[in-house]
Amino acid sequence: MLDKIAGLGRVILDSIAGAGAALLMLLRALIGKPNIRKAWPLLMQQMYAVGVLSLIIIVVSGLFIGMVLGLQGYNILVDFGAEQSLGPMVALSLLRELGPVVTALLFAGRAGSSLTAEIGLMKATEQLSSLEMMGVDPLRRVIAPRFWAGFYSMPILALVFSAVGIFGGYLVGVRWLGVDDGAFWSVMQASVDWGQDIVNGIIKSLVFAFVVTWIALHKGYSCTPTSVGISRATTSTVVTASLAVLGLDFVLTALMFG
Amino acid sequence: MESRNTQLAVGLFVIIGILALLFLGLRAANTSAVTTGETYRLYAKFDNIGGLKERSPVKVGGVVVGRVTKITLSGEYYEPLVEMTISATYDKFSDTSSVSILTSGLLGEQYIGLNPGFVDETVEMLQDGDQIYDTKSALVLEDLIGQFLFSQGND
Repeated sequence: MLDKIAGLGRVILDSIAGAGAALLMLLRALIGKPNIRKAWPLLMQQMYAVGVLSLIIIVVSGLFIGMVLGLQGYNILVDFGAEQSLGPMVALSLLRELGPVVTALLFAGRAGSSLTAEIGLMKATEQLSSLEMMGVDPLRRVIAPRFWAGFYSMPILALVFSAVGIFGGYLVGVRWLGVDDGAFWSVMQASVDWGQDIVNGIIKSLVFAFVVTWIALHKGYSCTPTSVGISRATTSTVVTASLAVLGLDFVLTALMFG
Repeated sequence: MESRNTQLAVGLFVIIGILALLFLGLRAANTSAVTTGETYRLYAKFDNIGGLKERSPVKVGGVVVGRVTKITLSGEYYEPLVEMTISATYDKFSDTSSVSILTSGLLGEQYIGLNPGFVDETVEMLQDGDQIYDTKSALVLEDLIGQFLFSQGND
């Protein structure tokens, strides 16, 4: 009995210590005078790895999700003779929810896991310690550019996702199922609001970008430097980041649209 | 050379992002230019505004000429006062004009329908800040049903 209580206490203490370590890691990586000349090429390299290479999966899934929304929405709306509301339905669900959330989930799987594995392997092969021995701060050199790359890339990816998704909905709704072209766009324009929908969607994806990248980097940086440890850390990145995104999405939605 | 290709790819990536934002902003969102140019304001008092909201359109014969910008209660009897911002392109409404709150379609959004009044020598044109006195309130379904039941009861 006492052992179980002690076990519970250890889990809680560990998680508090983990959160503190993660916060310290982030603060030490980000606070301080940035050296633009040195940081710029590193940032570009990471933007390429994290952002550009994720573009394909984002575009393809955005297109398909938009097309599915168009198809499902049409089948329901046509019963009420309201198929012209297909435009706002597709646009609002993408801009408010699916764009930021699905992008964040895909990003956690595609880029987050690779960030964790990369940093974990650096740690296991003692590259991080070597950097420190050479007098280079691994937090500034390895963690910071990856963090900023993720933070900047994800909102861009979410915007691309929403835009491509709306196009997918247009393809299915207008080109295939014959919703009126003009009505599709004009009813959408009448109900989508710049500040309420688009800006709130961007704020959501900024929050998700922060959380997912942070979790991925911390899991990699604090992993046990063995092959088992790296594989556990990578799995844990995807699971924790996905749960955090879905939980935060509820909180943000309640704050923004509640 | 690899660094240059990387930079090129990242640059393209950012441009694609900006294009997506422009697409969403210009094509998907509401950027109707009706209330961005020169405008003037008109007021109207209603008994009941129903489901009218700020940013609801003001239409003349189905054409959007402005938007509702503010809804407040005014006067001793707390009557709803609606402020409408109308595009200055349409500035020749006489003070015999009337406004009514209408519904687009059976279950659609509510909007303000403005009916231009007649014009002769004795009639003045509406200026910025003027009030339209000839108003018709929104149809509220519960009131209608109530009236119907009341008239049934009288038979």
